[in-house]
Amino acid sequence: MLQFLLRRIAVLIPTFIGVTLISFSFIRLLPGDPVMLLAGEHALSPAQHAAAMHALGLDRPLPIQYLDYLRGVLSGDFGQSIVTKRPVLQEFFSRFPATLELSIVAMIFAVLIGIPAGMFAAIKRGSMFDQLVMGSALVGFSMPIFWWGPLLIILFAGVLHWLPVSGRISLVYYFPPVTGFMLIDSLLSGQEGAFQSALSHLVLPAIVLGTIPLAVIARQTRSAMLEVLGEDYVRTARAKGMPPRRVIGVHALRNAMIPVITTIGLQVGVLMAGAILTETIFSWPGIGKWMVDAVFRRDYTVIQGGLLIIALIIMFVNLVVDVLYGFINPRIRHN
Amino acid sequence: MKMVTKLLAASVVAASFASMAQASTLVYCSEGSPEGFDPALYTAGTTFDASSQAVYNRLLQFKPGTTQLQPGLATSYDVSKDGLTYTFHLRKGVKFGATSYFKPTRDMNADDVVFTFERQLDKKSPWYSYVNGGAYVYFDDMGMPGLIKSVKKIDDYTVEFTLTKPNAPFLADLGMDFSSIVSKEYADQLQKAGKMQQFNQEPVGTGPFSFVAYQSDAVIRYKANADYWAGKPKIDNLVFAITPDAAVRVQKLKAGECQIMAYPNAADVAALKKDPNLKVEEQQGLNVAYMAYNTSQKPFDNAKVRQALNMAIDREAIVKAVFEGMAKVATNPIPPTMWGYNKSIKNEPYDPAAAKKMLEEAGVKNLEMNLWAMPVSRPYMLNARRAAEIIQADWAKIGVKAKIVTYEWGEYLKKSRAKDHDGAVMLGWTGDNGDPDNFLATLLGCDAVGGNNVAEWCNKDFNALVTKAAETADQAERAKLYEQAQVIFKQEAPWLTIDNSTVIMPMSKSVQGYVMNPLGSHNFEGVSLSK
Repeated sequence: MLQFLLRRIAVLIPTFIGVTLISFSFIRLLPGDPVMLLAGEHALSPAQHAAAMHALGLDRPLPIQYLDYLRGVLSGDFGQSIVTKRPVLQEFFSRFPATLELSIVAMIFAVLIGIPAGMFAAIKRGSMFDQLVMGSALVGFSMPIFWWGPLLIILFAGVLHWLPVSGRISLVYYFPPVTGFMLIDSLLSGQEGAFQSALSHLVLPAIVLGTIPLAVIARQTRSAMLEVLGEDYVRTARAKGMPPRRVIGVHALRNAMIPVITTIGLQVGVLMAGAILTETIFSWPGIGKWMVDAVFRRDYTVIQGGLLIIALIIMFVNLVVDVLYGFINPRIRHN
Repeated sequence: MKMVTKLLAASVVAASFASMAQASTLVYCSEGSPEGFDPALYTAGTTFDASSQAVYNRLLQFKPGTTQLQPGLATSYDVSKDGLTYTFHLRKGVKFGATSYFKPTRDMNADDVVFTFERQLDKKSPWYSYVNGGAYVYFDDMGMPGLIKSVKKIDDYTVEFTLTKPNAPFLADLGMDFSSIVSKEYADQLQKAGKMQQFNQEPVGTGPFSFVAYQSDAVIRYKANADYWAGKPKIDNLVFAITPDAAVRVQKLKAGECQIMAYPNAADVAALKKDPNLKVEEQQGLNVAYMAYNTSQKPFDNAKVRQALNMAIDREAIVKAVFEGMAKVATNPIPPTMWGYNKSIKNEPYDPAAAKKMLEEAGVKNLEMNLWAMPVSRPYMLNARRAAEIIQADWAKIGVKAKIVTYEWGEYLKKSRAKDHDGAVMLGWTGDNGDPDNFLATLLGCDAVGGNNVAEWCNKDFNALVTKAAETADQAERAKLYEQAQVIFKQEAPWLTIDNSTVIMPMSKSVQGYVMNPLGSHNFEGVSLSK
């Protein structure tokens, strides 16, 4: 097991170098130069320009810049925002709980609906229900977030007034953040109605962010289930006269879940990508919105650092999934 | 299903709470997060709205709705005969707003004013670089370090500025956001506690509102400054609900989650105007989009050629296609909301036949040229590519072949400033301080050739008028000089003036007394809410 773990971690090293190279090159490969972009219509004198390039460390040889950058990253220094002048890592962690909370709720939504829907679609293969589920999954998977989000807002907030338009909690409530998770903080605040308000603000963005993972999970569950239902041992169990509920619930589902769990792990990347649009639409103060702001403000260090941190998180989650998978399935571990 | 009903009930409860507590709370759906709260460190309007406009005052301020200056923290000023010394008499009894993190023990005085400017001038001051990597960019951009020789306290309520040369636009610079007067007492206190960074995170000012709290990227809260020298604001609380998506801002306004919003999409404006609960106010923005001919190159060195090319272009068509009505055709290099704007000037008529004839008379045949279109959307020009295509088609009708070129934005700016660039460059400008000098000298003066003056246009008469105006203290006299300069500009036609964009502010009908600011800032000082 230890050997397996070390092997998985060793594979991460080239990936890490690749990711840092990409995030490093990003700011330097752009045509023109960042200082010019920051100045915009205001013309800079050559001296001002040189000083600004120096301040950003862009006037040194590229390999040295990269090594410095790598050294910084390894010691947890992801640079400092050009705009707010605060460390990128600090900015990131002050916003990460908001994204994490939204992602977790979106994932719960996707799993709770996706797995049963996929399972029943497989059992009732070819039925109206199956076609409905697979049709909706295809639509959900293809639904662009920038359209789906506003659509739900217009319907549920604009026309029906059932849910709030955007934000994390009604502006009436104000309490300093403790954990950064609004659901927990609103409970801790003890203010009446705060938790309900936070929950009602979560519904629409969680649905929007969870839609694509939901579609993927439903499809994956269905196909894994179908495969398992065709296995010999299931036929044997049925032939023995075991009740169908037990055949499906215990024997089939458990084995079908293995590829589904991998799929769920892979959805972390999808959630991060989706968070960028979802958070912008719902004014959700997480890292997605933070990255978009950085793009608009041409805050290169934040874009660079943010991309790298997100990539590292995805790498880490994949590692965990890999290890868990190996833990569950000995064949993988010894291969 | 039970869950849904519960949620519904919760949101209804929350909504009724909201209407109760918001009786005197104005919620503004703003378009982005502030970069910080020390306005001198930044150049973005979003940051100024949240800092200088809400929390601070300046010695002189812009009269709401105009670019005219009026007394702010200074009640009056004297200018020496040589135009080099400005003496400001400060308002007495001005209190800094008390907050949970700072209780002022004295009124605003000359020490605060001197500190405000010294920290931006004196490289040795610990406050010059108190934010790691931060700089007083706007102060530097406006040429203040070279202009201000000294700032001296004469007595507690008198401050004297000495300049290196006579410069009338200096007064307008004092109305700019970077000139917001900060508290020296607060700065000293933070320095002693080793918490200087807090100066940029928790602001203390003399303005209409006091800062309460900022939840990153989500909400900024202010309360009315009860001791405000110009009278306590009529609303008790001001809240910025940061909402980056324009369509979502519209939905929030409609749902009553905010009462006023900034920057709607052009496509939403018609529907907003029809909503019985809303009203929509509009004003010309302090900006201009233009296309500058490189007048140092043949055949664009001939004013007749430039005029002929201008006459071939249907500007109304550009404004319609690109802005859907959210802009007006520009005539002068300064926008119409600015003092000194010459109303009697008219654009060249749109007349392709006459244009063709004029070109022939000037001896120009089979002209082929580059037409530069910006790769980015700017407030003054949302879609340069589209505008360039219209110009290209218009020119084709008179036999001029234009090739549309574009570069990545940084590269575009750099290349367009090179003296020998080829053809006509589309670009624009947003005013900094409401002074005509900030357009006419900055964009068309001889000193700006090779820099912001991408027409590479140096006209002696124009330049003399603009320079003289900058050295004249009397504003009425300056306005006259600028009006003459605009006549020369139109005759010489170094630019095709394209448009001034329109700024739109939709708000609930309950919002009273909001005045749109031609400088683009959002200020809620005089606003009240009716029920």
